[in-house]
Amino acid sequence: MIPEPFEYEVAESADHALELLGRFGTDAKLLAGGHSLLPLMKLRLALPPALVDIGRLSDLSYIRDNGDAIAVGALTCHEDLQFSDVLKQHCPIVSHAAGEIGDPQVRHRGTIGGAVSHGDPAADLASVLLTLDAEFVIHSTSGDRVVPAADFFKDLFEVDISTQEMLTEIRIPKLQGAGWSYQKFHARAQDWAVVGVAAVVNRSNGSIDAAVGLTTMGDTPLRARAVEEALSSGADVATASQEADRDTNPPDDHMGSAGYRRELSKVLTRRALEESLSR
Amino acid sequence: MARTEQAQRYVGGGVLRKEDPELLTGQGKYTDDIVVPGMVWAIVVRSPFAHARINSVDTSRAGGMPGVIAVYSGADLASEWAGPLPMAWPVTEDINNPPHWPVAKDKARFAGDAVAVVVAESRAQAKDAAASVEVDYEALDPVVGVEAALRDGAPLVHDEFGTNKCYTWPLADGEVDDVFAKAPVVVKERYVHPRLIPNAIEPRAIVVQPVPSQGEFTMWSATQVPHIAKVTLSITLGIPESKFRVIAPEVGGGFGSKLQVYAEEAICLAVARRLGRPVKWVEERSENYLATHHGRGMIQDMEVAATEEGKLLGVRAKMLVDMGGYLQLVTPGIPLLGAFLYAGPYSAECYSVEFTGVFTNRTPTDAYRGAGRPEATYAVERIMDALARRVGKDPAEVRRMNFLPPFSEPTPTPSGLSFDSGNYEATLDKALELVGYDELRKEQAARRESKDVKQLGVGLSTYIEMCGLAPSQVLASLRYVAGGWDSATIRCHPTGKVTVLSGATPHGQGHETSWSQIVADALGIPFDDIEILHGDTAVVPLGMDTYGSRSVSVGGVAIHHAAERVKEKARKIAAHELEVAEDDLEFADGKFQVKGAPDKAKSIPEVAFSAWTAHNLPEGLEPGLEETYVFDPPNFTYPSGAHICAVEIDTDTGKTEVVRYIAVDDCGTIINPMIVEGQIRGGVAQGIAEALFEEAVYDDNGTLLTSSMATYAIPSAAELPRFTLAGNVTPSSTNPLGVKGVGEAGTIAAPPAVVNAVIDALSHFGVTEIDMPATPERVWNAIQNAKGGSK
Repeated sequence: MIPEPFEYEVAESADHALELLGRFGTDAKLLAGGHSLLPLMKLRLALPPALVDIGRLSDLSYIRDNGDAIAVGALTCHEDLQFSDVLKQHCPIVSHAAGEIGDPQVRHRGTIGGAVSHGDPAADLASVLLTLDAEFVIHSTSGDRVVPAADFFKDLFEVDISTQEMLTEIRIPKLQGAGWSYQKFHARAQDWAVVGVAAVVNRSNGSIDAAVGLTTMGDTPLRARAVEEALSSGADVATASQEADRDTNPPDDHMGSAGYRRELSKVLTRRALEESLSR
Repeated sequence: MARTEQAQRYVGGGVLRKEDPELLTGQGKYTDDIVVPGMVWAIVVRSPFAHARINSVDTSRAGGMPGVIAVYSGADLASEWAGPLPMAWPVTEDINNPPHWPVAKDKARFAGDAVAVVVAESRAQAKDAAASVEVDYEALDPVVGVEAALRDGAPLVHDEFGTNKCYTWPLADGEVDDVFAKAPVVVKERYVHPRLIPNAIEPRAIVVQPVPSQGEFTMWSATQVPHIAKVTLSITLGIPESKFRVIAPEVGGGFGSKLQVYAEEAICLAVARRLGRPVKWVEERSENYLATHHGRGMIQDMEVAATEEGKLLGVRAKMLVDMGGYLQLVTPGIPLLGAFLYAGPYSAECYSVEFTGVFTNRTPTDAYRGAGRPEATYAVERIMDALARRVGKDPAEVRRMNFLPPFSEPTPTPSGLSFDSGNYEATLDKALELVGYDELRKEQAARRESKDVKQLGVGLSTYIEMCGLAPSQVLASLRYVAGGWDSATIRCHPTGKVTVLSGATPHGQGHETSWSQIVADALGIPFDDIEILHGDTAVVPLGMDTYGSRSVSVGGVAIHHAAERVKEKARKIAAHELEVAEDDLEFADGKFQVKGAPDKAKSIPEVAFSAWTAHNLPEGLEPGLEETYVFDPPNFTYPSGAHICAVEIDTDTGKTEVVRYIAVDDCGTIINPMIVEGQIRGGVAQGIAEALFEEAVYDDNGTLLTSSMATYAIPSAAELPRFTLAGNVTPSSTNPLGVKGVGEAGTIAAPPAVVNAVIDALSHFGVTEIDMPATPERVWNAIQNAKGGSK
């Protein structure tokens, strides 16, 4: 519960944060809400020599209607996502999923940027943003680049942000009336998902056009492409849901065996699709 | 003095806790709040291996790090110990009782065993240096499970015994084998109690302040047992008891985990003696999971013999109990606290239980809320349901036909002990009515009929427990090396205020409130004029501390008796001053009144002033008004109750939700209903936790996998239902207050109620057994297996 010694600087702006990262070198870490990083440091599982605290960059905490998409600042906390009228109107699945994270204390400190940058496949918002085909704005001294969600999550705890870059904004397409659901299965309200399933569904010409995302079913958040394809080929929900665990690699530990997680993914996919279609 | 209003009756009233203003406003002082000038910090270096030979410990690099004052290996500190850490309950004459040194010297016997100590000017410096202590371990094969430990060729936790068996303790009464051989029905089941981690919200903490010139030591410790710690640590350290003071300041929960005398207490004393400086150690939460003792960890082979109708004939049970790597203070005796309860509140002709303690390479086990009684109750109440299924009767009916009839005087029971009082059937009836039992059964039938994805189950637990530890002579017969009494002193100050010294040591129970209620009623003193002191061996020298729901029925009764003694002396003084015979006085409305002339009266404060001035005392009477009573109870107390749980199970995912929970308890006379309710609510929550959520999971290497609050699933309010609480009091025949105790009732009653409900919900699929905790995956697997398995 006592971390190793480390250096600490407070960033005054995004560019100042990049400057500090440049000064501290590649092992330095950005500190946002600290809800993943600090526990790892206290357990001495993460040993960054320096932290650049971006938690006070209030100009990166916002939720804006940009027409087709909602722009969310990377330092927006989960609590703000949960109760945002803009998100509730245009991307209610994001508000809902944010409200499923941790407990109220966590939701007041944890940020959307921190949650996705950590690259944890158990992060609820990561699979939801993947399902929504969100875009990630990555800032560096050479300017901004925009990465689609499908390319953002690279591996376990690895996303497409270099050590000299920072995530500043997430652009979330509006649902435009599509049905949606996020089914999170956990033993306790504050727990990580044993499995989570996000669904966004439109009916078109008698078949179902769906995007389905999976939480804690592999090394990164995943899309259940087999389910999506089965539905677009006309399969019914129950049949398509049986494809939920195809090409997944769920963890096998005392929080849930891989086999159980596979079965859960099918049940939750069916429930997510049914709920989406009822909305 | 003006006539006072009629004395208010506090006992039984909903008095707010007098502890709370201080605690709720952050003014409570816990051990970690204690700072002593010149204080240094200790950090314990712990074995990462469950079982390893310690070839060498190189402290040189750590010793040179910033701020480091000293680094000690087990060998370095060996000369400090006058004896090993205390083990106070050698349950059999031939028990294998290994020496337990505060810092391991030869072998590490569980992951978390102390192997070195770093002392530095700051906690962070000590922590940093701890990583640089170089221990040469030779990893050995670990012993992880109790059954594996007993197999031939199993690695030995303690080589000197040639076995991992610690002891076998039998208890038998009646013609057991004969009854079972002839019984028309025998039901046998195997039950497993997971290891549980107590998780008091305040981790352990210790500050030792030495006075080197005097050879004196003061130790503040987050402990439930300052008095026991003082006696035992004085033996371990060779410090004269007269030079050793132990203080338990505010203590943030214990649940049995602080009913212990720990290595770190001995270490801090030894280091303070070596360095001549005050030493502080505060447990990290991750250490708490490894180095604070665990609870439960028992396999039960439970059998009952019965008639075709379901009438109980006999009980026969064999238990394997996980001791862990060492025997702590009362490790071997914990199962014995339930050994007399394996027939529950039922009659039976014969009785046999046998416990075998087994060493494993895991954290030592010891008392955890309920200690032995949850284990017994679980076996009894689970098998009553199994018996009901076997004879085709409703579980309520099978219980009803086996209950001991109502009684109010000591009554012999199948295990040989005499219960104090009870009316078990009436308690069950009340619970059945409150839960709406018949309606629930109808709803259950409807859901089965419609193949609802959410199936309903109802579980009963009509428990009996045993507390008020304990008649000292009974403890002697069980080979416990201490007594079971407790003390109280009531000091009436000349100004009318009263100070009570109590040998019980609260750590959240609200003794200051309950004791004040008892004294206020007994002496007619305003509630707010009474101060309760406890938990400091210099202030209250005589005490046996708080555990096992004993405080009210031993320490509380001692207060009652001390108050009677105060009144006895006060009556002499009052009679003398009023110039009447003692027999002409009656104590009413908080005063001694002359019979027939109530205006002629003396209150206790008035008498206390007279006793202080000593101007006009009866011939030969000593000045002052202060009395002590040490109460050694003549019998245990036996709280009982009926808990009923209703669960809904999502049969697609296996997730259980507790939808209704009814608790009807008989804890004897209630001093403070709000405190009693709080105990039951917290206890039931902890019992539901065992049933559905919590388990210390180890891998094959003996590494604890559930080593944090993220992975060890303590439920929160979000996972728990609203509880419906009620009572059915039968005053105890063991003590004049009629109190029994309530601290553990919930953890004792709840697990079988919940698991019976889970199995009841799935019984139509053919499910008969699910181990605790009944996690979603376990429930889901049970459903799949019973259905013949789609997988």
